[in-house]
Amino acid sequence: MQGTRATQSMTVKADVAIIGAGVVGAAIARELARYDLRVVLIEREVEAAFGTSKANSGVVHAGFHSTPGTLKASLCVQGNAMFDDIAGELSVPFRRNGSLMVAMSTDEVGVLREHFEQGRRNGVPGLRLLDADEARKSEPGLAPEVVAALYAPTGGVVCPFQLTFALVENAVANGGAFMAGSPVTSIHLRDGRVAAVETPEAIIETAWVVNAAGLFADRIAAMAGDESFEIRPRKGEEYLLDKRVGSLVRSTVFPVPTAVSKGILVIPTVDGNIMVGPTAEDTRDRLDLTTTRAGFEAVFAAARRMVPSVSPRDIIASFAGLRAACSEDDFIIRPSRVARGLVHVAGIESPGLTAAPAIARMVAEILREEGLKMRARRAFNPVRPAPVRFAHLSRAQQARLVASDPAFGRIVCRCETVTEAEVVDAIRRGARTVDGVKLRTRAGMGRCQGGFCLPRVMKILSRELGIPVEHVTKRGPGSVIAPYPAKALLRESETRSTGGEREVPAGTMAESGARVRAGFRTAPAARG
Amino acid sequence: MESAGRHTHADVVVIGGGPAGLAAAVAARRAGAGRVVIVERDVRLGGILPQCIHAGFGVKWFGEELTGPEYAGRFVKQAADAGAESMLETMVLEITRDLRVVAVSPRDGLVMVECGAIVLAMGCRERPRGALAIPGTRPAGIFTAGTAQRLVNIEGVVLGRRAVILGSGDVGLIMARRLTLEGVKVEAVVEIMSYAGGLARNIQQCLRDFDIPLYLGHTVSRVHGRDRLEGVSVAPVDDRRAPIPDKEWFIPCDTLLLSVGLIPENELSAACGIELDPATGGPIVTDEMETSVPGIFACGNVVHVHDLVDHVTEDGMVAGEAAAAAAAAALASASGAATAGAIAVTTAAAGAMAGAEGGARAKGGAGAGTRTTTMTGTGAGARPAHYSGRAGVPAGEGNGDGTSRISGTRTLGEIRPGSNVRYVVPQRFVQGGERGGGGRTLTISLRPSEPAENVVVEVSAAGKVLRRQRKEKVRPGEMLQVNIDRRTLPSGDGVVTVSIVSR
Ligand SMILES: Cc1cc2nc3c(=O)[nH]c(=O)nc-3n(C[C@H](O)[C@H](O)[C@H](O)COP(=O)(O)OP(=O)(O)OC[C@H]3O[C@@H](n4cnc5c(N)ncnc54)[C@H](O)[C@@H]3O)c2cc1C
Ligand SMILES: Cc1cc2nc3c(=O)[nH]c(=O)nc-3n(C[C@H](O)[C@H](O)[C@H](O)COP(=O)(O)OP(=O)(O)OC[C@H]3O[C@@H](n4cnc5c(N)ncnc54)[C@H](O)[C@@H]3O)c2cc1C
Repeated sequence: MQGTRATQSMTVKADVAIIGAGVVGAAIARELARYDLRVVLIEREVEAAFGTSKANSGVVHAGFHSTPGTLKASLCVQGNAMFDDIAGELSVPFRRNGSLMVAMSTDEVGVLREHFEQGRRNGVPGLRLLDADEARKSEPGLAPEVVAALYAPTGGVVCPFQLTFALVENAVANGGAFMAGSPVTSIHLRDGRVAAVETPEAIIETAWVVNAAGLFADRIAAMAGDESFEIRPRKGEEYLLDKRVGSLVRSTVFPVPTAVSKGILVIPTVDGNIMVGPTAEDTRDRLDLTTTRAGFEAVFAAARRMVPSVSPRDIIASFAGLRAACSEDDFIIRPSRVARGLVHVAGIESPGLTAAPAIARMVAEILREEGLKMRARRAFNPVRPAPVRFAHLSRAQQARLVASDPAFGRIVCRCETVTEAEVVDAIRRGARTVDGVKLRTRAGMGRCQGGFCLPRVMKILSRELGIPVEHVTKRGPGSVIAPYPAKALLRESETRSTGGEREVPAGTMAESGARVRAGFRTAPAARG
Repeated sequence: MESAGRHTHADVVVIGGGPAGLAAAVAARRAGAGRVVIVERDVRLGGILPQCIHAGFGVKWFGEELTGPEYAGRFVKQAADAGAESMLETMVLEITRDLRVVAVSPRDGLVMVECGAIVLAMGCRERPRGALAIPGTRPAGIFTAGTAQRLVNIEGVVLGRRAVILGSGDVGLIMARRLTLEGVKVEAVVEIMSYAGGLARNIQQCLRDFDIPLYLGHTVSRVHGRDRLEGVSVAPVDDRRAPIPDKEWFIPCDTLLLSVGLIPENELSAACGIELDPATGGPIVTDEMETSVPGIFACGNVVHVHDLVDHVTEDGMVAGEAAAAAAAAALASASGAATAGAIAVTTAAAGAMAGAEGGARAKGGAGAGTRTTTMTGTGAGARPAHYSGRAGVPAGEGNGDGTSRISGTRTLGEIRPGSNVRYVVPQRFVQGGERGGGGRTLTISLRPSEPAENVVVEVSAAGKVLRRQRKEKVRPGEMLQVNIDRRTLPSGDGVVTVSIVSR
């Protein structure tokens, strides 16, 4: 069933339906794939990871930020420890670069000490307090005002969307089903217990439903009559810098936290960029992914205080993500008290990315305790084959690849050196949109931001998916890139002037083949 | 590299098959280079020109107004007639200081070419939206103008119904007209500076003739629309170029084109350690278009952004001829050293040889010209401070040691931008050299920093004015050129300054 979309009123039988293919839902799907269960992962967007899981800081937190005794604290530390294995098995870029929380004044040193204590109680290994000299010795890019720092060697960085894609792929490879482009519209209950989940095109009959719908988890709960919590989104803006700035810092640099967030960080991403952010702004709109001038100014002011060489001149991209903060103080991971068979995994704000593997284990335990029969799947294969990254290979390996498949010889993205074969592979693995190709292959993520590869990627998507170029989208329905075929608007309105350009048929370059259309410089176009 | 892929040799490899590369290939063959290969990543030659289907090319070079495809077509034919070869759909991945080019294509696989000389002609790329950090959403419908041009003119699609264009660079202006002709309503061109970026003739022919409003001193302050663009907020800017919020208004549109700057494409050059000029974004070149790495030349938009293709062609001709001479010199010295078959000489070796036998080698080089050369530096690998313009650079760093593939070690003079000049090209000149695109004259291209009227372009050296050229009007959007008589140039560690001063 991989990648296939349910057709009209299809009925699917499943043991467990998971709603939401963010990193949390995907991790749960992959965890449940260890058992002999029919697992269906249902996602509203046309691809996995298109929610908060693609728009975050990508930090694998060490775990000294969370209050001891909370799920956030324990699942963060547990999840962190699982990352070496999971990233290895799934071939996902991950690096333990360490986390460094810096104090900019003597007042803040006390806060460092509290976090040191808190981290120890949470079980964070290897924590160390550094004085100003030690801190600057380990990070020469720090501002001279830094007076002390807390260092956590287990802090890391991961590619959050690669992780999500890989989890989904591995779940599917182990027998799971992924239904993308399928918003859950209702949950059927029978005698107080879930019976089915409905999307516009399918009914998934199941006795167990996991609600991992991120920003919409309260809406999913409400579909089952459960109004026990509410999601209160909190927006974070992030700014990505050009690789040419180099590694201004090695560790992820944190300020001392504020009441609502970990503050604005300087993050050396796993792909070699520097990223700064996020802000923390409460918002009512669950789809508000706007960046703002105020956010921009706040991010750079805060980042430059800690690492003065960070500069807005180097920005190549900016984005915003929404944390699914909620009415309770902690993650909500529990069976619904209203609808039996429904398990909520809600309010998964930061450190949700870090905690995801541990959350998945906890959910499996809850399902078992609640009565789901789970037998280990003997054929479970935890390994997801690594996609080829042409740019990272030696010349000899590159030569061999191109010899085996000429599509490795066609460079689609010049900034990140991505080949046509990699784009095709990404589409085979589930990419359906320009953004999906970008997140999987990095085509369009470099300094030209898709100027070169966009027309090429559109063509490959059109060919591989068998759709006209005019139907290729940026990230799903409504985001069509070039909506009309050539001359469509002219045919539509013959009254418009066709003006004075000489034209040659598109794509030709004949010396004398120029077709002269109309005269030169006619009157201004009549516009309707 | 290593033992991977196919190996081949060429006297001159030209990277990029746009007008610069085509001209270089033509000139190299005409100057006697044996095997000349153009490596082009696209499926066709012509560079940016095949998508520039408007007229306006070649007024200077051909004396007639051609379309981009026509202009390119003439040079594709000339290159073919001259016997240059091309490798299409072939992307250069790496160039090395010992003059090897690594490229990949679906047809030939990974290829390594050992060259006598390399000409860089990679053109430039567009500055993307991200670099501007415009607040708002990130919907579909936002394109750089050149990408839009390719989509419309080559791929044959229409991008939307109502468009706003941010930035008044030439590509944006041309696209304003192009979209209008495709039936798209272009609502406005918005420019943050108080003057337009593109050529005056394009403002007239692409905007005024079509009644498209141009808002100077304005910017797009916010992008609206979740999936597809729904409109933009436009606002005038204050003197810090920040939008003034209470003067903002909304323009509904489904397409936003960005024409906010071109950046010479120098990833390959930077990776091999070619010295770049921060003012142009391109390599520092001599009047023979040689970069700081001996044997590597550069021309066209990769050196600095040109507004007229004719000048690109002129650059290309100079670079191609000089590259042919360098390749011949390399061949001569290689066979002189009895290294049978090997064309490439490592930089270190070339430097050493130049130090030892520079003058002799120049004379021996077949067709390499017999310029008198002046030995400089204190030995192989030494870098006179006057080449790099940065005193105190440690010797033996490699690049910019004043060594040339063409004729060994020569003295290079420096040309610097003075008042109201953003940059000059070339930044160096070969003292006593007579090539430089016109025998006795040395042509200096420059751009003003700010628009000005009634000015004089003044070239001076050692407190002496070499030349004054009057100009009614200068604008950053229009490149200027001044010619000077080489015989008037200073010798020794001469520095020539080009300024724009009021009359
Ligand atoms: C700016 C920012 C920075 C962050 N940085 C970090 C960090 O550095 N480290 C860290 O550990 N965490 C971080 N986080 C938190 C982390 O990103 C989240 O905890 C994590 O991504 C949550 O994953 P999720 O799967 O719960 O949510 P999501 O990724 O939002 O997934 C939920 C999915 O459910 C789908 N869905 C919703 N409704 C329906 C429906 N009706 N039917 C079907 N599908 C539906 C959505 O489309 C979505 O794909 C950050 C968050 C933000 C916003
Ligand atoms: C919209 C527009 C309108 C214009 N209008 C006019 C006009 O009316 N009149 C006029 O005179 N001029 C005009 N110009 C300017 C003129 O077109 C350019 O100055 C000229 O094309 C620059 O030539 P070039 O060869 O340096 O670069 P390009 O034409 O950009 O060619 C560079 C080539 O190098 C190739 N390349 C780059 N990197 C690699 C690599 N690693 N491996 C292999 N190949 C590579 C590229 O694919 C490309 O084909 C216009 C330009 C534009 C964009």
